[in-house]
Amino acid sequence: MSVAVDRDAAFLAAVGRIAEEVAAPNAEDVDRRARFPVETIQALRDERALSAFVPTELGGAGVSFETIAAACFQLGRRCGASAMVFAMHQIQVVTIVRHLDGAPWFEAYLRDVADEQRLIASVTSEVGTGGDMGRSVAAVTPAGAGGCTFEKRAPTVSYGEHADDLLTTLRRGPDAEPGDQVLALTRKEQITLEPAGTWDPLGMRGTCSPGFLVRAEFMPEQVLPTPFPRVSVESMVPVSHILWSHLWLGIATDAFDRARAFVRAAAKQKPGQPPPTAARLSHLMSELSLLRAEVSSALAEFVDASQEPGRERLSTMAATLRFNNLKIAASEQAPRVCQGAMGVCGIMGFKNDTPFSVGRHLRDTMSASLMVANERIHQTNASLLLIAKEV
Amino acid sequence: MTDEIRRIINDHARLPVDISALAVDADLYQAGMTSHASVNVMLALEDCFDVEFPDRMLKRSVFESIASIAAALAELQVGVAA
Repeated sequence: MSVAVDRDAAFLAAVGRIAEEVAAPNAEDVDRRARFPVETIQALRDERALSAFVPTELGGAGVSFETIAAACFQLGRRCGASAMVFAMHQIQVVTIVRHLDGAPWFEAYLRDVADEQRLIASVTSEVGTGGDMGRSVAAVTPAGAGGCTFEKRAPTVSYGEHADDLLTTLRRGPDAEPGDQVLALTRKEQITLEPAGTWDPLGMRGTCSPGFLVRAEFMPEQVLPTPFPRVSVESMVPVSHILWSHLWLGIATDAFDRARAFVRAAAKQKPGQPPPTAARLSHLMSELSLLRAEVSSALAEFVDASQEPGRERLSTMAATLRFNNLKIAASEQAPRVCQGAMGVCGIMGFKNDTPFSVGRHLRDTMSASLMVANERIHQTNASLLLIAKEV
Repeated sequence: MTDEIRRIINDHARLPVDISALAVDADLYQAGMTSHASVNVMLALEDCFDVEFPDRMLKRSVFESIASIAAALAELQVGVAA
């Protein structure tokens, strides 16, 4: 046990160092130029962080899921885009680790992730599905020599051009229904990306997520054995919402820290007189506490439910509602905290070049409610609430 | 009971295929039942058999086939008293 605790602590310390020494000094340039955070991702590779969650028997570090979540928080405090790239990669790794079901191809692949620190992006959104990840148009299509192909129009592929490999949702076959989906992992040399659109967004600019027409040629064993609907409820959706919300909490926490630094600086200028913004900071702390409580309780519930045999609880509607609610609550609360921090810092927070700037924080967290649109999640919840008993 | 389940699926699952052609163990989701449609199936089942599915049963695997739905209803004692 203590070995595992030490390993987790050492990993987290290394990520914390990268956040401070690499992500933070590059964050402004990454944001301004909407460029990929190459330095941070390289530093994470050097620490073998991309395979941190891969079990030790497959060459990874075998750190706990809680530690991965904490790493997302740490990175989020210094560079939201770096944290999002790291989080999205880990979502793919966690999904594969939890659902490879002993498949030899995927075990060998995870060894490659560890050896070569390969970066995985996901292609889940698709033109023509109205934002519903539970439906696909593109299909695993048999081709010559026992191989397969697919062609998928993706409106966004986060860091698609910088990824080594892609994890893609597809219909099981050309005749399958839209909801009969599987996940296929394709390697860089099997993929062609045809850019479709540009990337000049309001926030999370370093994730570099334009659209692509994705084509791939691959072998049938590159399809994950577990069907996507099960992977989705047991892992991909809750893990996404948990890791995203950890990094949103990280961004909001840094915005709060900047607001606190601003109030402290004001207090020092006029000793004995509480600055007028001090009370606002107290209000802001309450808002941040709500966010932190929601994020940490969701993580604890997920870890708890994951340890049950068969992960039965995760496949219930109650669990779906729980983690959907995390997404909605955290994605709305994080920008609220950032805006509150701007209210405390005033013009010093509004300007992009002061120690109290929180514009990037606000812009980055405003992406949260759009990443899987909250209104779509509300529609799903509204339907589930008709039948779920205890929520 | 199976006939009633079939009727409810026919009325509410909005399958693109003919329900009478489906085997009792055929996967309804693979046959095209969406998550949203499955909620309507659950509501209709609760109404028809006068039961409430507890939360532990409200998951995909319980509603994925006519056979699994029948097993769930049996567990809730439907048909035992009748």
